[in-house]
Amino acid sequence: MSHLNVKVSDIEQITEYVKHFTFVSEDGENLPSFSGGSHIVLALNINGRIHRNPYSLMSSPLHTESYGVSVRKEEMSRGGSVFMHEKIEVGSRLQITYPVNLFSLSKLGHKSILIAGGIGITPFLSQIVDLNRTQSDYELHYAYRSPEHAAFREKIQDMSGDRSHFYVASDGQIMDFHTLLSEQPLGTHVYACGPEPMVNAMIAAARELGWPEKHIHNEQFTAPQIGDSFKVKLAISNIEIKVPSEMSMLEAIEEAGIDAPYLCRGGACGRCELEVVSCDGSIIHHDNYLTDAEKTGGKKIMPCVSRAKCQNILVNL
Amino acid sequence: MNKKFKKETFRDDYTFSNSAEAVKRFPFPFPEDEYMYSVNIEPHVKSAVGSVTEFVIDVDEHYVAECEDKRITLAKDPERYLSLPHMMDAQWDILELIMDSMSNDYADMFSLTKEGNNWTWTNKPLDISDQFVFGDATTLPMEPLEYIGRQVQGDWVVLDQRDNNLFADAAIVTSQADWSLAIDLGMSYEEWHGPVPIANQLGVFDRALKYLLNLQLGSPVRRLNWTMTINPRLDTSPETYPLWGPDRLNVTPENVGGKVHLRVELQTLFRLPRSNGIVFGIRGYLISMDELVTNPFWAKRFHRVLKGLHPELAEYKGLSFKDVLVDWLSKYDDGTPSE
Repeated sequence: MSHLNVKVSDIEQITEYVKHFTFVSEDGENLPSFSGGSHIVLALNINGRIHRNPYSLMSSPLHTESYGVSVRKEEMSRGGSVFMHEKIEVGSRLQITYPVNLFSLSKLGHKSILIAGGIGITPFLSQIVDLNRTQSDYELHYAYRSPEHAAFREKIQDMSGDRSHFYVASDGQIMDFHTLLSEQPLGTHVYACGPEPMVNAMIAAARELGWPEKHIHNEQFTAPQIGDSFKVKLAISNIEIKVPSEMSMLEAIEEAGIDAPYLCRGGACGRCELEVVSCDGSIIHHDNYLTDAEKTGGKKIMPCVSRAKCQNILVNL
Repeated sequence: MNKKFKKETFRDDYTFSNSAEAVKRFPFPFPEDEYMYSVNIEPHVKSAVGSVTEFVIDVDEHYVAECEDKRITLAKDPERYLSLPHMMDAQWDILELIMDSMSNDYADMFSLTKEGNNWTWTNKPLDISDQFVFGDATTLPMEPLEYIGRQVQGDWVVLDQRDNNLFADAAIVTSQADWSLAIDLGMSYEEWHGPVPIANQLGVFDRALKYLLNLQLGSPVRRLNWTMTINPRLDTSPETYPLWGPDRLNVTPENVGGKVHLRVELQTLFRLPRSNGIVFGIRGYLISMDELVTNPFWAKRFHRVLKGLHPELAEYKGLSFKDVLVDWLSKYDDGTPSE
């Protein structure tokens, strides 16, 4: 996995809970070009332990002098976002991965409907740049809780004009997926990013209206969850590792010096999939990658987000 | 320029040959005495000085002659370059990848200056110098992939990634091992690989597809593949079959050494930044049997590989002359272990 060394050049408080970070390359060169919808994974050294969190790139793919990401502070999480908010300052140095795109726009789509909820707006900001550049037809629908949570509304209005539509929950404005997805021209693709219930409601509506599966897209990154600690044995490396409650299984494996594959670290891409040889308890799946049958089968685990409730789990690594 | 380019042909009088130095660096692809398909993919990192993987893109003594052969093939059959309309971002990505690599690694031959989107490209060996606006195809004499594809050895196939699959939606191919761009354009990964025997049953392609869908920007990969060609011919396409197919029937014990060539493909795969596509480079290296047997180890091993080759693979690769060749190679194999 190739990495880039960056430093923080700017931090902006966007709303009470959202901060925007700007990164520039340490060597002063441009950062790699990327496609709309891409994310990077940040390596954060929290009390000597490396946490790796994925964030969507929301800066313009046309201007890679810097990258921008927005981080919502999640008090009830393992500390990555809190660390970003409280410890990262202008001048801080960080390691990031090259951009990865698991939420790319279909180049064959005739029209795109973009649906964002809350902080789920971030991947669409880079996509809008691509859509504007290629003069594509699109609509953006952005829902948020209340006027003070309207992150980037002005920026979006500048970029998208009449194509952007806003829904403020505190004013009783609700997105109606049925209306929104009805009577769209053939060849339209829909993309959603936001809270799980919203994304699921969109998918359900699209299916009910008979949309082809290949035209329904979503990005749901799950954050690794706090859980009970457990022991994982690696069959090939032949070592035993303790996974503490605030660390993911993947992070614990990495800390033990094992080079495990990964890409999204959010349970979406499938790259880190491990084969479970045995488990004396149950696997707690948090990913969006494995099928329901695979999850109940208990033979696979995505260690970036999932855990085990057991004494020992043996995996092929 | 310290590199000497050979004057040679890949058709008609077939004057192609390798210098001793080119033979030495030939990418001999057999790690074992037996050959079977595998997912033999490794990171495409810069390797030993002088090797074909010293740089991202290899420019060797055949560069000028191969580009000329490519020009002739494209003049006769313009459909060796095809691109679907949604591939324009990917085309620019490839142009940048190739220009960046060649100007960085061979600064005495190629140069690229960027002032914002105003770029100047100079290719000394082919005597080309152009100014253009990156992203504006009207400022180049032809589409970006064709433009740069004519200035680099090997074939380039561009894959669009969508619906958890890869589609070959643009390409410039003038030295393909018997497959047709006009037929394969727009095909999915499975359709493309449908004709390959055994590998499909082994699940090789399913695993490779999963791997490729996650191919990462900044981490290109490579593998070697091989086949055989009679005469040092680059253009062995189905469209020109009458010009080269019958040669396979004319291999005799007397002409094996000069006529029969091992053809190794250095295949590279890069994730493309702006388009999120993948470019698949297929760079062929030819070596005659007379040249190959100057390395006793290669001669011995290649004899064993061919002798034990699965009949279905031999047929797929079109090795109808295999028996004559194995017989000829046997005198270089004393039966001792090859390692």
